[in-house]
Amino acid sequence: MLPEAIAAMSAQMAVVGNASSLHTSGRQARRVVEESREAIAQALGARPSEVLFTSGGTESDNLAVKGTFLARREADHRRVRLLVSAVEHHAVLDCVDHLVTHEGAKVTWLEVDALGRVHPETVRAAIEADPESVALVSVMWANNEVGTVQPVAEIAAVAHEFGIPVHTDAVQALGQVPVDFAASGVDLMTVTGHKVGGPLGVGALVARRDARLMPLSHGGGQERQVRSGTLDVPAIRGFAVAVEAATARLDTEAPRLVALRDALVAGALAAGFDITVSGDFEPGDGVRRLPGNAHLLVPGCDGDSLLYLLDAAGVECSTGSACQAGVPQPSHVLLAMGVSEQDARGALRLTLGHTSTGGDVQAFLDALPAAVERARRAQAATSSRRPA
Amino acid sequence: MRVVAAMSGGVDSAVAAARMLDAGHDVVGVHLALSQSAATLRESARGCCTIEDAGDARRVADMLGIPFYVWDMAARFKDDVVEDFVAEYSAGRTPNPCLRCNEKIKFAALLDKALALGFDAVATGHYAQVVQRPDGTRELHRAVDMAKDQSYVLGVLTEDQLARSFFPLGDTTKPQIREEAAERGFYVAKKPDSHDICFIADGDTRKWLTQRLGEQPGDIVDTDGTVVGRHQGAYAYTVGQRRGLALGRPAADGQPRYVVEVQPGTNTVVVGTADLLGVDALVGDHARWCGPAPDGRVPVGAQVRAHGEEVPATAWADGDQVHVRLERRLRGVAPGQSVVLYDGTRVVGSATISAASLARHAAEAGSS
Repeated sequence: MLPEAIAAMSAQMAVVGNASSLHTSGRQARRVVEESREAIAQALGARPSEVLFTSGGTESDNLAVKGTFLARREADHRRVRLLVSAVEHHAVLDCVDHLVTHEGAKVTWLEVDALGRVHPETVRAAIEADPESVALVSVMWANNEVGTVQPVAEIAAVAHEFGIPVHTDAVQALGQVPVDFAASGVDLMTVTGHKVGGPLGVGALVARRDARLMPLSHGGGQERQVRSGTLDVPAIRGFAVAVEAATARLDTEAPRLVALRDALVAGALAAGFDITVSGDFEPGDGVRRLPGNAHLLVPGCDGDSLLYLLDAAGVECSTGSACQAGVPQPSHVLLAMGVSEQDARGALRLTLGHTSTGGDVQAFLDALPAAVERARRAQAATSSRRPA
Repeated sequence: MRVVAAMSGGVDSAVAAARMLDAGHDVVGVHLALSQSAATLRESARGCCTIEDAGDARRVADMLGIPFYVWDMAARFKDDVVEDFVAEYSAGRTPNPCLRCNEKIKFAALLDKALALGFDAVATGHYAQVVQRPDGTRELHRAVDMAKDQSYVLGVLTEDQLARSFFPLGDTTKPQIREEAAERGFYVAKKPDSHDICFIADGDTRKWLTQRLGEQPGDIVDTDGTVVGRHQGAYAYTVGQRRGLALGRPAADGQPRYVVEVQPGTNTVVVGTADLLGVDALVGDHARWCGPAPDGRVPVGAQVRAHGEEVPATAWADGDQVHVRLERRLRGVAPGQSVVLYDGTRVVGSATISAASLARHAAEAGSS
């Protein structure tokens, strides 16, 4: 967490107050909430009334996808089709699965190209197949695994030709690339606190005033009657400070991360081992790919072996996918991009952020050759073979 | 040493990991995902490989402050243990999948991967003891808790594998391990023991085999060839079995009938009286010796099932085979079971039983 966010949140924790109450301390709490709302709106190119506080990205995605589906279907029973990219986060994918299984929703998965990108023409074709049936289009701002930035504004423009609302999960994008809600034209946008150096457990759904949303949690009617529940004032305060800081430093931070990322990728490719970089990579680019995202495929290795070996060498990274039981599965993002199941097992995702340094990159590059050699031996030792 | 602690999520492997850490080793916890559907929720206290079990293992690893990983070995487990189990039953034999899992997964695939990643050894919560001889080589011995002793299912391990294995619980009784787990604050201290076969969730082996192999109706015959009943698949029967025969009426001699032979070729189950079940001559294939093979005829104790009794015997090696002459008859010894040979508490070796008979019959057949 950013020190300034910790300080702001800690100070607020010492102050009692329910922002829904009418007494003095309630009013003071409400003032903090509304100032935070204004600060976040300002940073995201939105109006304060468009910012709905939630418990984080997953809740925002649930509210956007389920809330829109339920409201649109109620208004017009034909609108049950969801157009969703195949590379979404599980917070969106599993909402769709739920709606299909339990609510009679239909889904058209929007295919991506080999770089992980959804083309606006793909969206248009999917809509034109039956425009009257579409409830919502959902395409993330940038992919969490391979960092590909989506043409969200163009997709929104296509959908709006047909009067169809668009949701985007901007959790990964915020703090890495400019995120302007109004300019993008989307109707709903998910953001969360901990990805920008704010506290865990707080986020927002940015929703246009005319977005129709069925509430998923009912109660005191907070947050435009859409998301009831007593607001977590200290967390909201920390979230706002972090969003302001992350957007303010973007001009200097993004080029710094691009340089670190390029050094990391160049070093990994030069290490031999036939390593490849996934997604849309071009040195110096911080627009089409998130500046802090490096995603490598290391042939002949299991990602979890690399993860262990690098962790033991002091380098924390991920394979790009996780599940509750902790069993690594080939990433649905890579599979959607046309990567083979075999190659997808050797995925290594490295995320650079505001605390990352050139020393970190060098430590990774120093640890990589031995880790790959060991991981390859381990895979050879355990590859499936039938008893003699 | 750098050690992988195999953590099932149960109390035994939790204490084993803790003891390795106390002994000063550099320990990493690993949970093996063996089920093809790892996302299934536990239906009962049986088995392992559920989300809860992985979570229990992770919780203990977090308390110990050690790294924790889940290694997916479901494909290997399916090939080497589950399919082997099905193939053995359909060939009329009675396999022990736990022993096969130790042979092919825990002390092969897991150990190989650990060694390749730079670890020195694997530690498990098995009840058995590894003893180092003065010359540095290892012996496998029974656990002090005979009620929990698992040296039988480890009898397939070679000396090389033992040199890379730790069984930190072998010197302690199970009740003491539960006490120790409680003292360490592990909430798995009272978790029930796993029983039966982990991949058969409800414990009904016959039903599970039927789902896999389909119904294959055939005859149940008496030893004189008289058809005395019908079955739905010879694979579901085991030598020595009495229950589930459903013969309808008692035999002419009034004696209860037991399965005395399963003939997969003709899909026939042969039943006979209890006196036909007694055997004292065993032939085992795929003999594995923990240390050098015995030289000539040696006195041993022979055990043919996981918690069965040990019978005094004489054994001798013959190439890949081992011959065992029991001093007392054992009942219900089925082909496919493993025989593990002991010298005192020490495991001498093991083999998969291919033939079991009475010695005089074996002698008439010209054997030895």
